[in-house]
Amino acid sequence: MNNNSQSIFIKKDILIRLVEAFFSDDFISNTASIPFKMRPKNAEVPYRCCIYKEREIIKDRIIADLGFSVENLDESERLEDFAKKSLERDKKEETPLTVIDAACKGCVPSRVYVTDLCQGCVARACEKSCKFGAVTIEGGRSYIDGNKCKNCGMCIKSCPYNAIVRLIVPCEQACPVGAISKNSNGIAVIDFEKCITCGKCVAVCPFGAVNEKSQIIDVLQGIKTGKKVVAMFAPAIAGQFPGNIYQLKSAMLKAGFYDVFEVAQGADVTTRNEAKEFTERMKEGKPFMTTSCCAGYNNLIKKHLAEIKTFVSDTKTPLFYIAEIVRKIYPDAITVFISPCVAKRVEVAENENIDYVLNADELGAIFVGRKIEIMEMPEIEYQFNSSKQGRNYGSTGGVSSAVKSLVKDNDVNAVPVIIDGLNKDSVKQLKKYAVDNCCPEGNLIEVMCCEGGCIGGNSTIANQKTAKRIINNLLEKSEDIV
Amino acid sequence: MKNIEVKICSGTTCFVMGSSFLSELYEIIPQKYGDRVTVKPSLCLGQCSNSDKHSKAPYVKIDEEYISEATIEKVLNILDKKVCGNE
Ligand code: FES
Repeated sequence: MNNNSQSIFIKKDILIRLVEAFFSDDFISNTASIPFKMRPKNAEVPYRCCIYKEREIIKDRIIADLGFSVENLDESERLEDFAKKSLERDKKEETPLTVIDAACKGCVPSRVYVTDLCQGCVARACEKSCKFGAVTIEGGRSYIDGNKCKNCGMCIKSCPYNAIVRLIVPCEQACPVGAISKNSNGIAVIDFEKCITCGKCVAVCPFGAVNEKSQIIDVLQGIKTGKKVVAMFAPAIAGQFPGNIYQLKSAMLKAGFYDVFEVAQGADVTTRNEAKEFTERMKEGKPFMTTSCCAGYNNLIKKHLAEIKTFVSDTKTPLFYIAEIVRKIYPDAITVFISPCVAKRVEVAENENIDYVLNADELGAIFVGRKIEIMEMPEIEYQFNSSKQGRNYGSTGGVSSAVKSLVKDNDVNAVPVIIDGLNKDSVKQLKKYAVDNCCPEGNLIEVMCCEGGCIGGNSTIANQKTAKRIINNLLEKSEDIV
Repeated sequence: MKNIEVKICSGTTCFVMGSSFLSELYEIIPQKYGDRVTVKPSLCLGQCSNSDKHSKAPYVKIDEEYISEATIEKVLNILDKKVCGNE
């Protein structure tokens, strides 16, 4: 996953300006002026055809950051109107993603394509390689009949000049379940019946056309109006900021949160329950069990992989348990989950103990906009201590090794199998395990939607290596789970 | 020859705007330049705080010079020139 592209940089730039506007003396007009500040008169036009289109796209991004869909906008509505509406709403939007059609390039449809490099050679390897009779030679060069082509790519491999290429649409390619595709105008559209909200299209679109609908204004509004806003952050978030989690806590308190919890604490509950459940299931003679904490995977099961349901652990997610605990301590608080993950927005929408989600970028923008230097903050302890294993949930292999560490029954041996990232192939693989009622490689399948685990999530800030290093520092100082 | 000092900003703004992607420099620089160049992380270099300046982060300081929108390539280019005395 690439979380360092220029389009992501621009998204963060906009978020920071939005936070600054929010805390300025005139949120509404300062929000409306962001596109003009970012692309002032006579400024160079770095990406699009003209300054007006650039401003238009910035405006659309701000609308998404204010929490609204950009599809089917009434063009007469001004940014001021959206800013005003964002302060008045008390209900969240339903679908978490929105496509900015002005930003969507309308990439050429994906297909296999013969470039000008074709020499019309005597070998005709392409024609011979095609099992479907789709390649012919016309006018001295090779030609692919789109109606016959099955996209197998044999001709690409066969060409001695590398003259045949596969044109791809990055969002379509990245989507593990075929939920995003171009409409008749060539613009990407998400089919929310199929979408598992994994966020891969958000991260992969080179034009930054797919956006999360942010809840940052709702959270900031809670803080500004003096409500108790309590945050809980996912284990992967610990690696997204400089300093350590104790400084992170005081930075968040300074930003106006009332209290801060580690979701790692909930992960410890998940580990204990899941280890128990695993032991029971194995004793009953079940062939394997899969973990259940990844939100992208859970959406996949619901929409595309019902076959595997009986093999999935019934244990709840770390977020579920911590939210329950937090709600008990602060019954009247606004609760916010800080997440590296797009899919968790769906889980949160179904959990009444959590009110809002902020991703790493959004929390980062709050720190920058409020000028909070994390590394210069004092360290503040947490109410509860989380274990080393719970704090490692955000890295691939972390969940299964945590569960394994608590499987202590002599008759049961946990052999982890790691699905490191959902894609079209790994989805097939999982389906096969379920249908065969057998997983030859082991019995405890950990599924991570994002490669590398949650630290490779689609709403992260740090590169994975850095995130790992920061988290490892924390693990060294943490106690084993009991 | 005088030792060249590189400071990679790990202040909040620079980190949020992507300074962790410069972390490879901690390996590349000693490998490439030995002890002629030292590299270390730094608290906020103070470049980010004026309005709009966050959009030029991340910052790197090479001796007395501030590099905005720093990338690995940019930093290495400047170091090459400095080490070769072309600057
Ligand atoms: S955070 Fe880097 S200059 Fe301030």
